Amino acid sequence: VSYLPYALAVWIFVVGLYGVVTSRNLIHLAVCLNVMQSSTYVLLLSVGYLRGGTAPIFADVPKGTRAVDPVVQALTLTDVVVSVTVLALLLALAIQVQKHSKTVDPDELRAMHG
Amino acid sequence: MDVLVPLPVAIPLIAAAGLTATGPVLGRHVDDTVGVATAAATSVLSTLLIFRSLDRDLVYWFGGWTPRHGVALGIGFDVEPLSAALAAFAGVVTTASFVFAWRYFDEVGTLFHVLMLIFLGAMSGFALSGDLFNMFVFFELMSVCAYALVAYQIEAAAPLQGAINFAVTNTIGALLVLIGIALVYGRTGALNLAQIGRTLDGRKPDGLVLVAFALLLCGFLVKAGAVPFHFWLSDAYAAAPIPVCVLLSAIMSDLGLHAIARIYWPAFSGTLGASAGSLRALLVGLGVLTALVGAAMAFLQRDLKRMLAFVTISHVGMLLAGVGLLTARGLAGSTLYVITDGLVRGALFLAVGILIHRAGSGDELRLRGLGSRAPVAGIVLFAGGVLLAGLPPLGSFVGWTLLVRSSASVGYGWLPAVLALATLVTGGTLLRAAARIVFGWGEGEDPLLSHEPPAEEEPRVPASRLSPQLLFGPAVALLAVAIGVAFTPRLGDHATRWAQRLEDRQAHAAEVLAGKLPPAVPPVPVHAGIAPYAYSLASLAGAVVFALFGLYRQRLPGLVRGWAGRLLDPPVTALKALHSGVVGDYVAWLTFGVAALGGLVALLGR
Repeated sequence: VSYLPYALAVWIFVVGLYGVVTSRNLIHLAVCLNVMQSSTYVLLLSVGYLRGGTAPIFADVPKGTRAVDPVVQALTLTDVVVSVTVLALLLALAIQVQKHSKTVDPDELRAMHG
Repeated sequence: MDVLVPLPVAIPLIAAAGLTATGPVLGRHVDDTVGVATAAATSVLSTLLIFRSLDRDLVYWFGGWTPRHGVALGIGFDVEPLSAALAAFAGVVTTASFVFAWRYFDEVGTLFHVLMLIFLGAMSGFALSGDLFNMFVFFELMSVCAYALVAYQIEAAAPLQGAINFAVTNTIGALLVLIGIALVYGRTGALNLAQIGRTLDGRKPDGLVLVAFALLLCGFLVKAGAVPFHFWLSDAYAAAPIPVCVLLSAIMSDLGLHAIARIYWPAFSGTLGASAGSLRALLVGLGVLTALVGAAMAFLQRDLKRMLAFVTISHVGMLLAGVGLLTARGLAGSTLYVITDGLVRGALFLAVGILIHRAGSGDELRLRGLGSRAPVAGIVLFAGGVLLAGLPPLGSFVGWTLLVRSSASVGYGWLPAVLALATLVTGGTLLRAAARIVFGWGEGEDPLLSHEPPAEEEPRVPASRLSPQLLFGPAVALLAVAIGVAFTPRLGDHATRWAQRLEDRQAHAAEVLAGKLPPAVPPVPVHAGIAPYAYSLASLAGAVVFALFGLYRQRLPGLVRGWAGRLLDPPVTALKALHSGVVGDYVAWLTFGVAALGGLVALLGR
């Protein structure tokens, strides 16, 4: 198995993480979080990948055809749903913050500390 | 298969869907009635599950996909008494919270009830699931509901900030869990916990398994709120509406701990067994650190909600140390402690809610001497403070006994003393607040404490519409249950027996995957001895002294004050500065924690 997809997943994760830590804009932050989540799609799909495997649909193919693992694909689909939910919620919160504080910079949200 | 098993998840979800459709038409009273009735029904069902699983696990395979030739094909729930007890506990607290919200919130839309019900369903599912990926899904469902609920009072700044910090850090926590799951699946081809355990059993842990375990551990610790993953927790709990705080503090934090035990015993204890000693040192160390940091921060707060958030962190740390002892008795003790202590914390949050409602503030200093406006809240604060510190043989004492015994059995005899110090500080802090609010003792200003909380959105309630019992009843009821649990005969003995069933991973795997009855284990008698009483009473006495210190600190002789100030001021300032409220900082700490913890697990597991 090639290590490339795993290296790619790590790269996407770290890039997203860097964005989240340094972000000065809530919308940018939400998108960076989504980028981090994309790394898990790559990881999951590469875990279940088989060289030369077809899509795991067994309707009209001969018995014993090599197919990639359908379980991880189901997991990825669930993961996508989750990430969209979180993104939508964060963007909704960002809109409220803008309405309320006239800023989307997380560093300027100082209602609570200490 | 027992048809009752999926109902604690299904019923709240169905009720939530029904309410979404009909709520806007039928009006507020229907929302409240349906909410209370559903939560109560769920707690009754989960309680039934405890009794039905006394002697063997209830394993339920969705869609009838039972294992073939000892290989799990479908998705399963695995109900044992301790997890059913947590689900029942979630139901009870949600019921109390709904009853409280009935009177507390004047204008609250149907969506509040819907979110609370989905939250309840997700928590039950998370507690009962025997499948790793299913745990992730319920984890996310629970989290998303919680983010939305924290930001429910969307007009104010604090809830928005709290919800954003909460959502970002917990999403990263969930990603860590998911990556861990992907790695475990890549290694074992299994998602069922018992199946993973069977595949890994007897193998020497390789790097991949260690990394996967470390990631799962970190992910669940983010949810539990262990140092250095805890920063989001105080912001979210301080900003959430009271009925939501009750659920978050009482149950959600504790479920993160439960998940650690739930993945360690069936899935990883076989392969990591050889390095259990170093893993124990790691978890206990982290737990102790969390307990002490949480306690210190709690003492420095004047905002009662934020104070209780740090109390939650401190006690979660304590119970992390209990679970981290990696013994059946430690797990049993922690679970019992989690439930009783969670009920007390829930009651305390409700008492703060009553004060906000009656006296218009949740700030300790501003409430000074105003306790007479809500005597019940004052009584609950006092009782809660005493119960947090420890009051043998009531409240959490059964769990405490097991923890003390378990620490001694694995050579951590010093642990109870440190944990008693943490309960001394948290209990003392609560007693300080209670004495200041009810009797007006202490100074009116204290420069040591953190800044004043943002003004509370005062819930407007028409005075005569509903009886005030709806406001006071839930807090008193939760306290009564917390005290009453201790009277269950031989509770500690049975809990240890149940935990041993989880600990015996081969029998457990045979039961889940092949339906073999586990060997009958007799209840394990616990000889309390003198030590748990001594620690508990010392903590209580210390808490009273500490409360007086907190109240009259400024009257100490100038020499002592100056000396103590020079010694303690720098760490206190640094500790406060760390809790900066900026999400980027929190994520940086999270990254540091994952790197440190992952590195240690990889190093120690070799």
